[in-house]
Amino acid sequence: MLWVDKYRPKTLDQVLVHQDVAQNLKKLVTEQDCPHLLFYGPSGSGKKTLIMALLRQIFGSSAEKVKVENKTWKVDAGSRTIDLELTTLSSTNHVELNPSDAGFQDRYIVQEIIKEMAKNRPIDTKGKKGFKVLVLNEVDKLSREAQHSLRRTMEKYSAYCRLILCCNSSSKVSEAIRSRCLNVRINAPTEEQIVKVLEFIAKKERLQIPSGFAARIAEKSSRSLRRAILSFETCRVQQYPFTSNQIIPPMDWEEYIFEIASDIMKEQSPKRLYQVRHKLYELLVNCIPPEIILKRLLFELLKKLDAELKHEVCHWAAYYEHRMRLGQKAIFHLEAFVAKFMSIYKAFLIAAFG
Amino acid sequence: MAPVMQSSQPWVEKYRPKQVKDVAHQDEVVRVLTNTLETTSCPHMLFYGPPGTGKTTTALAIAHQLFGPELYKSRVLELNASDDRGINVVRTKIKDFAAVANALRRTMETYSKVTRFFFICNYISRIIEPLASRCAKFRFKPLSEEIMTSRILYICNEEGLNLDAEALSTLSSISQGDLRRAITYLQSAARLFGSSISSKDLISVSGVIPQEFVEALFAACKSGNFDLANKEVNNVIAEGYPVSQMFSQLFDVIVEADDLSDEQKARICRKLGEADKCLVDGADEYLQLLDVSGNTMRALCNMSEEFSY
Ligand SMILES: Nc1ncnc2c1ncn2[C@@H]1O[C@H](COP(=O)(O)OP(=O)(O)OP(=O)(O)O)[C@@H](O)[C@H]1O
Ligand SMILES: Nc1ncnc2c1ncn2[C@@H]1O[C@H](COP(=O)(O)OP(=O)(O)OP(=O)(O)O)[C@@H](O)[C@H]1O
Ligand SMILES: [Mg+2]
Ligand SMILES: [Mg+2]
Repeated sequence: MLWVDKYRPKTLDQVLVHQDVAQNLKKLVTEQDCPHLLFYGPSGSGKKTLIMALLRQIFGSSAEKVKVENKTWKVDAGSRTIDLELTTLSSTNHVELNPSDAGFQDRYIVQEIIKEMAKNRPIDTKGKKGFKVLVLNEVDKLSREAQHSLRRTMEKYSAYCRLILCCNSSSKVSEAIRSRCLNVRINAPTEEQIVKVLEFIAKKERLQIPSGFAARIAEKSSRSLRRAILSFETCRVQQYPFTSNQIIPPMDWEEYIFEIASDIMKEQSPKRLYQVRHKLYELLVNCIPPEIILKRLLFELLKKLDAELKHEVCHWAAYYEHRMRLGQKAIFHLEAFVAKFMSIYKAFLIAAFG
Repeated sequence: MAPVMQSSQPWVEKYRPKQVKDVAHQDEVVRVLTNTLETTSCPHMLFYGPPGTGKTTTALAIAHQLFGPELYKSRVLELNASDDRGINVVRTKIKDFAAVANALRRTMETYSKVTRFFFICNYISRIIEPLASRCAKFRFKPLSEEIMTSRILYICNEEGLNLDAEALSTLSSISQGDLRRAITYLQSAARLFGSSISSKDLISVSGVIPQEFVEALFAACKSGNFDLANKEVNNVIAEGYPVSQMFSQLFDVIVEADDLSDEQKARICRKLGEADKCLVDGADEYLQLLDVSGNTMRALCNMSEEFSY
């Protein structure tokens, strides 16, 4: 098992960061009238961990006995019936899924599953009915329609089914949905907190870490705890005992984008654009999300540019990323950004050096 | 056996008014409706206005008052137009429903009406004119601070909570006219901090960005140092603050600043508007905030609006 999973805290009392949030969550669920929750925050900050620990707090260890199922729903879409297949993770008391995996059919899925859950409510020995919890991941990727259709459903079934929504970017969740939830912000852990977690893992694994080594990993993690734990484990595989100046290997895709940035700083020509296109494709087929590619490329370029160019290049990065959202093919917009950059940079070089 | 959770409703549902006359603030709406209910000549209705202002509450209350609890189930059909399954379903459902209502009519002479539509939406401009023109339109306004306060006090009383004047006014202002949000904040604060709730407690559950973050970003823009601004932007993102929220708090700072010229303010605010629209389209939060910060910096430092290359 990877360390990220092996050392994921199981209960709200065991968490090493976000202890305050964990204690608050515990108080929130002491009564059975807890509102719907929306967890938001950057990737790798610990949302999922808290949600799983919260489920355990509510339902006890039964929340950990989960089964993965590939379920098919028959949904009535007006004139025809469509089959929708989606992977769900469920225990007796909760169901978890990624509704955005259903693409533009996502709205049918959330409706169906909530209705189904409302039908099969758990009943205790005294004949009292309980509620189930539905965990929806990546709600920021839900279509507008799906978000709209959730609104009334969230109110209507609130006695039977509590929702826990999870996303990275809460600006993309509609105001009406946010108004229906208690919003729980999970910030990225600070570098000191990350160091604390790494030291905890080192102790459990009986590893010696030279001073400053954990801090270097934390610094390179962009405050993502997952990222830090993953690279700590990679370092362990590459070389142990650790040395304090040991290389912390970057991710392959980051290395690749570093090369793209150097390529386009060196030469601005149609030929170079064509070469770069292949590299961009390569990244896309390896499932690196296009906005991540664009942001990383910008990050590399900013390290090398003059102050006056930074404004301009950032502006165009924002511009093309927005266009990418509205369009269909990410590659067009990534390439457009590269071409734009080349033209700006070339003009700058000519103005400066003739 | 696994422990079963007893369910009870969150406060927003618990304190949903059951009678039209109890709907707070929407006086005009309530007056017309009460009148209508007394005379029972009910038109089709279209309710519009921002979230959490009482649209659904009012529609449900009217339906309950018209039919009473027993008939309610058979005589009210709730449809969600955005989970439509195509207009077809709406059509067939309504036909079936009208048929039921017809059957009912034969047996129950007293009920002569067939079907009335209550439409509910947030944006009136997105409703097609032919539909809108067939309805009596009611605008639901964001609730005023006074009204919010009185409803909140009522709930505090029922739940045995203690809020001082400052906390009350904070709660009304952070909820921005959305009573549902106010009630959720109140319930959360009550669970977290017990029955005595301060203004600070409410701010901490509300997700409002602490003013020092907004000031820090603004100061970085003023400094003219792009890398510094970039660092602040990264920080805002790592802290997980919603960028849309940052925009509106930044907007307040800009508008109130007395050392800025009107032209500077205009330049900054125009960009804020554009970037906000991009967010609604799903654009990346980091890039939009960075673009806004760059633009703000250029305006504050009187750099050219046009790019040079
Ligand atoms: N509170 C915590 N204490 C200790 N370790 C934690 C804590 N939260 C998270 N971790 C560690 O960090 C890893 C990543 O956290 P998690 O999967 O919860 O992130 P996330 O916010 O859901 O990320 P994403 O948005 O990318 O899905 C976990 O696998 C776990 O090892
Ligand atoms: N005018 C009001 N008077 C009293 N309570 C209200 C009022 N408006 C909102 N509330 C409270 O907020 C909750 C949500 O209100 P409601 O469902 O009517 O909002 P809505 O206008 O339909 O919002 P949305 O556009 O998000 O559907 C209610 O359950 C009630 O507790
Ligand atoms: Mg996760
Ligand atoms: Mg409503």
